[in-house]
Amino acid sequence: MSDWQHIWDARGLLLSGLLATLALVAGSIMTSTILGFVVGFLRYRRIPVVNVVLRVYLEIFRGTPLLVQLLFIYFGAAYLRLDWVTVFIASLVGMTLFNGAYISEIFRGGFEAVPTGQREAATTLGLSRFHITKDVVFPQTLPVVLPPLFSQYLQLIKNTSLASVISYFDIVRQGQAIIDQGANSFDVYLVVAIMFFVISYPLSLLARALEKRIVTRRERVA
Amino acid sequence: MIVEVTDVHKRFGDNEVLKGVSVSVEIGEVIAIIGASGSGKSTLLRAINGLETIDDGEILVNGVEVHDRRSAHKVHQHVGMVFQQFNLFPHLTALDNASLALRKVKKMSTARANEVAMAALTRVGLADKAKSYPQSLSGGQQQRVAIARALAMQPQVMLFDEATSALDPELVGEVTKVMRELAAEGMTMLVVTHEMGFARETADRVLFFDNGVIGEEGSPERLFTAPENPRLQQFLRRILEK
Repeated sequence: MSDWQHIWDARGLLLSGLLATLALVAGSIMTSTILGFVVGFLRYRRIPVVNVVLRVYLEIFRGTPLLVQLLFIYFGAAYLRLDWVTVFIASLVGMTLFNGAYISEIFRGGFEAVPTGQREAATTLGLSRFHITKDVVFPQTLPVVLPPLFSQYLQLIKNTSLASVISYFDIVRQGQAIIDQGANSFDVYLVVAIMFFVISYPLSLLARALEKRIVTRRERVA
Repeated sequence: MIVEVTDVHKRFGDNEVLKGVSVSVEIGEVIAIIGASGSGKSTLLRAINGLETIDDGEILVNGVEVHDRRSAHKVHQHVGMVFQQFNLFPHLTALDNASLALRKVKKMSTARANEVAMAALTRVGLADKAKSYPQSLSGGQQQRVAIARALAMQPQVMLFDEATSALDPELVGEVTKVMRELAAEGMTMLVVTHEMGFARETADRVLFFDNGVIGEEGSPERLFTAPENPRLQQFLRRILEK
């Protein structure tokens, strides 16, 4: 039996790995974006005590490897006998905290890039703080935030592979299972790599399209 | 009295920029505020609509204390402000710049807000630029949109903080023209300006700011032809030499 035949026969495993990876990608993009937005906004507002707490969070999760964080969360939950923390939940929490830290800095930078004159003008028009943030500041952060945000998402997609270490059955883990059945590891990892690329590339295209849309909308002359 | 400023003090660190300023403005009055950079004129304007806090004194707009947290938001609806740097919202069209606060603050329907915003743009002569983004407008046009944005809220007082200082010389005229029209229509205006021509021809009263106090005030005829304060004499001489 040829190797390719072997991999083709095991396509069910790869497909379920693909679904598992997609679930973790979709879930952690959502949660880490929400977390990053909130943390980034709070840091931008520089609320005294909160700011210190967030700094500590940021330094810890940017200063330690994601792999170690995943192991720590997974085995930490087991140690604390938190039975509801499945491999998926542990992976999701780790991915969220890790990427949320980076994403928060992206959002903070975006907020800070908006000149203070914008807030002042909005204030003199009588807009509430909520509307100033939602209708004046936030839309202006988008062109600044989108490129680094999408590049963080691309990182995130590839980083989900680390969850295989705490036996999350993603593409990598399923690939390893196929290798264990005797398939050639080079061929299998080639397929695994291609599968990751197939997930990442559309996102990369989407990022470019969004960026272009924002730029042209602004430059359009009526 | 629409604006009543009483003995206002303001410090930035050790630097006291307002050292006891009092001004009363009547409805329909146009007041030009002149003086060297750093004399406190912009700070006074910013204090009148609450963009700067004050350390001492009192500012009433329409009888409402500006620096009382409970009433401050009421003030913004009565006071329009035009900035040196325009501060238009770059992600919104001229029309949306002028209609945003109508929709969000005055809770108007989009259709009604657009109507009012359009009327304001017409007033500054830019109805045809309603769909343009700020980036595609000249500096003079941007500043006129900024004036329309403030006017759309139907303020009782308009504050102009060096509204023409960032403009190329050939664009100053179109903005001062709009300001003169507003003054002629009876708008109450406080205008911080380096345009002595505008101050002289349009203002009812001129305030000369000097080092955090009002060095001299009076009618433009008197201040420009027979200034008493030696610092004002020096200031005018320096400006005329330019």
